[in-house]
Amino acid sequence: MAVMTVRRAPIGPMLALQTRAEFLKLWRVPAFSITSLFLPVMFYAFIGIGQSSQVISPHVTFGAYFLASMAVYAVANVMIFSFGISVATERGMKMDVLMRATPMPPFIYLLSKCITAVVFAALTLVVLFPFAYIAGAVRLDAAVWATLGYRVLLGSIPFIALGFAIGYLSGPNSAVAVINLIYLPTAFASGLFFPKQMLPSFIQSIAPYLPLHFFGQLGWDAIGAPTDGTVTTDWLYLVGYGVLFFAVAVWAYRREESRKFS
Amino acid sequence: MTAAAQLIDATKKYGTVEALKGVSLDIGLGEVVAMLGPNGAGKTTSISLLLGLRKPTSGKALLFGLKPDDLNARSRVGVMLQESGIPSMLKVREIVDLFRSYYARPMARDRAIAMAGLEEKANALVKELSGGQRQRLYFALAVCGDPEVLFLDEPTVGMDVEGRRSFIARIAEFAQMGRTVVLTTHYLEEADQLAQRVIVIDRGLVIADASPQEIKSKVAGKRVRFTAVALSEQDLDGLPITSSTISDHSVQLLTNQPEAVLRELFRRGIEISNLELSGADLEDAFISLTTHKATD
Repeated sequence: MAVMTVRRAPIGPMLALQTRAEFLKLWRVPAFSITSLFLPVMFYAFIGIGQSSQVISPHVTFGAYFLASMAVYAVANVMIFSFGISVATERGMKMDVLMRATPMPPFIYLLSKCITAVVFAALTLVVLFPFAYIAGAVRLDAAVWATLGYRVLLGSIPFIALGFAIGYLSGPNSAVAVINLIYLPTAFASGLFFPKQMLPSFIQSIAPYLPLHFFGQLGWDAIGAPTDGTVTTDWLYLVGYGVLFFAVAVWAYRREESRKFS
Repeated sequence: MTAAAQLIDATKKYGTVEALKGVSLDIGLGEVVAMLGPNGAGKTTSISLLLGLRKPTSGKALLFGLKPDDLNARSRVGVMLQESGIPSMLKVREIVDLFRSYYARPMARDRAIAMAGLEEKANALVKELSGGQRQRLYFALAVCGDPEVLFLDEPTVGMDVEGRRSFIARIAEFAQMGRTVVLTTHYLEEADQLAQRVIVIDRGLVIADASPQEIKSKVAGKRVRFTAVALSEQDLDGLPITSSTISDHSVQLLTNQPEAVLRELFRRGIEISNLELSGADLEDAFISLTTHKATD
């Protein structure tokens, strides 16, 4: 046998370039980038601004409350869509097969997608927060803006796993439909658009168990609105959902592996 | 000779379909090898096993003596696959840079792009490329890591004659750098232009493994068809043919010397009609190779 003088490429630059590629892939698709950046702002303009200064509970205006709702909506939206649709599309185009034959470790691919999703999610907040400040005249302490920002970014992580699971379970053409069918109704049911009290009673009865409900509560609590339970239980439920989604994602990934690469 | 890639008695079943029925081959460093065979012969399956994209049902596949999915082995290999996609919203130079980052000592970006003849398109998005340009981009991605071994699965499929010719020249340029190239193809002509060694695969088995010259000499170049009443096998004795098929009154012969065959048939006074002479396709070539195998 010849002496093995194999050199493996350094992980750092590989991750950087892969992340750049993942970001550009999404950025250059207006259907994704424009929608994720401006849809939440548009909802805020239509629903939030008109009654922004209305006080809904002591020290909390509707403007601030709906800002928290839209921050949660925007961020979870990015996580599910960016992951779900890009994974499904790339499977459909058999991009994964070529990637698979390269010396790139698979975790680089996943990690770069996670980083891209978090960066995109942060960008939606960069658009939404100033809009709420200027157009909605939302005034919060710096610490409150920061708390809202980090909570929605951290709380969005379970939804990455959900997007990933959907990406592996649905086909490239059905992913958008599947996501809309799951995501929009649960966003409504969790009270992100209208207060839960306005929803039909059977939805009200399941709403408190939905992952977006707990995620929403973290946002509302951040701006001082009253919520059910405590922040700790919200986090615990989200961690629980995260583990569940992650398990489904891994199962779906393995199922795909055993079909395609065995 | 160090083995770059090996299959050791490898079989592969997809459900009940037996794609490979026990293939052993040993590809040395520096060899340029063409795997030749019709659709469904098992060429792509062989490549998939060697790349670790599929696992053998029994037997073994090795890359540089390692399991093919070992990243140490993959770091020495560049790949061009059939039916694989690349992101349409990246620019040519961006995706080449991305693939370069997978390798420790890649070639310069511009060099990889030039080897594929895509200089003009370096700033174009992948979605703006034509089919042939896209194929060349796959080639740039396969060579950009400056790999020791290049695997090309049907690299010229869907190209016109001119496109094929220039593509073959690009592959030859890479091989001339002393690299190992393994390609699959439908075309004996391509194998002949590029390879020092041709491995013929048919129905999941290696039926020939020799130099292109040897393969060509075994393969019938022309097909002679005609109708003759009451022709028997004895009438064909001694004719320079590689195979014959007689059903009812229609006769099909494969040969490299059609003129000599016809002259002899006429000399023997055999009445023939509906004479047809055509180039033998690969399917015919394999028929004659398999019959050779059986009579050897």
